[in-house]
Amino acid sequence: MKLYKCSLTELKNMIEEKRVKLQDIHESISYRTTSTDPKIKAYVNKNEAYNIDELDQKDYKDTYLKGLPIAIKDNISIEDINTTCSSKMLEEYIPPYNATVVEKIKEAGGIITGKTNMDEYAMGSSTENSAFFPTVNPWGKNRVPGGSSGGSAAAVAAGMVPVSLGSDTGGSIRQPASFCGVVGLKPTYGAVSRYGLVAFASSLDQIGPLARNVEDIALMMNVITGRDEKDSTCVNREYPDFTEYLKNDVTDMKIGIPDQYFDIEFDQEVRESVLNAVEKLKKAGAKIERVSLTGAEYALAAYYIIATAEASSNLARYDGVRYGLRAAGADNLEKMFTETRQQGFGEEVKRRIMLGTYVLSSGYYDDFYLKAQKVRTLIKNDFDQLFADYDLILSPTTPTTAFKIGEKRDPLKMYAADIFTVPVNIAGIPAISVPCGFDQKGLPIGLQLMGAHFKEEKLIQAAFSLEKILNLDIKYPALK
Amino acid sequence: MINEEEVRYIADLASLKLSKKEVEMFSKQLSDIVDYVEKLDELDTKDIVPTAYTIPVKNVFREDKVKGSLSLEKVLKNAPEKQADQFRVPKIIEED
Repeated sequence: MKLYKCSLTELKNMIEEKRVKLQDIHESISYRTTSTDPKIKAYVNKNEAYNIDELDQKDYKDTYLKGLPIAIKDNISIEDINTTCSSKMLEEYIPPYNATVVEKIKEAGGIITGKTNMDEYAMGSSTENSAFFPTVNPWGKNRVPGGSSGGSAAAVAAGMVPVSLGSDTGGSIRQPASFCGVVGLKPTYGAVSRYGLVAFASSLDQIGPLARNVEDIALMMNVITGRDEKDSTCVNREYPDFTEYLKNDVTDMKIGIPDQYFDIEFDQEVRESVLNAVEKLKKAGAKIERVSLTGAEYALAAYYIIATAEASSNLARYDGVRYGLRAAGADNLEKMFTETRQQGFGEEVKRRIMLGTYVLSSGYYDDFYLKAQKVRTLIKNDFDQLFADYDLILSPTTPTTAFKIGEKRDPLKMYAADIFTVPVNIAGIPAISVPCGFDQKGLPIGLQLMGAHFKEEKLIQAAFSLEKILNLDIKYPALK
Repeated sequence: MINEEEVRYIADLASLKLSKKEVEMFSKQLSDIVDYVEKLDELDTKDIVPTAYTIPVKNVFREDKVKGSLSLEKVLKNAPEKQADQFRVPKIIEED
């Protein structure tokens, strides 16, 4: 058994039982990364600061993560290691502090292997918007890994690391998880601290884990959830031990299938694969019923107002004064601002700043931003009402499997890739994407389960059951 | 429809300097996107209270205690230009 193929849980058990040395695990991971990453390009920056030879000398015995490897999306701050957001604006930026999730991982004895590639400032659905290079989907060399957490998903899928962290504003964990055949969880808004996450859309952003199985997702949730004084949106409550919900049991679980989502035109193979999983859940004892929900296209429209408005405000801080890029040679302050922003931001980031500035500009606020916030109420109320009767809601994660690199040039077509994932962020609820099959091209298909606020344990139990019921036995991609 | 003049006006508000090509492109693309989001008008939102925050959290208080902060050295480490422990920027005040 090659160690890089093991899950985090398997590695943790082997370390606890002293069947393997940390050094050997990290050597295997490092070997896999050296041979694979030149093709996949999942990492923006590998962490060279830790010494594999010295790992076993340090005592990780009493820690939860036992010195095991974790990759982190490059919009999450690590002290003294570049955090670029895959943007020219932050190419040289070195954070002076750790994000809270990084502190938590370090306290739990996790070793960070490096920073993963993403769409610039997490704006995109393919990782093609990285200012440095696109990441390749391990399942097809001309296919995108999804985005914006494309590097985090591809690194896990290719076996470069067992788990990673991403961030999800409109689907940026779940959509790449679906495209790369891995599991990705977007926690409830407020369940995980965002201190040290570079802000995109503050009322939507959430950090969450990606892994090759649900068990590892539960393990990571145990590490990263919890209140943080430094993020006042982070809710003060007790979280369960998520690993206790790794039970293959969906008996009497009530799952709703929204008509409005399945009425949307989407890929036939994705539809069949998702409906096949639904049948199997039924056979296993789940109670599945058709339900009614506000159309996902309204959530998508509201999303592109709310997210861009908040982004235009959040990204106003990149002015070339305190950190990041400063355009050379500007002889006055105004010029320095505009030229810095012209040189530092890529096309999609500018497009969203423009749209956000437009919808917030005088005379348009009520028509767009206020209207979108009201639609948000409708969507949230709809979910709340359904969750009074249902444990979970089920849909595809994405309308298609991974598309080709360079295929989607029209921004609206790219935005439509998020149609099933965006409503979750609008309502602030948690959701998980689990692999449910492959299409005829051999590309993975993902299924999304949505839950009520702070009911991650139900998502974990249902997703774990689904994994066992489908028994997909996902082989490693051939990486041709 | 968002014409090129409006695009330039918005760019100015956002402190973005756009090329002629970008102005043309954004005029078309932003018009398309705005057309799409106008879909929201199909929903009746009269008397609906807007939601900014999806979970029930009210004011969050903490003790007003003095705590450590980042050192000046660390804060200035990323500065594109600095002088005398301050961020240096192009001159703002005109001379007579």
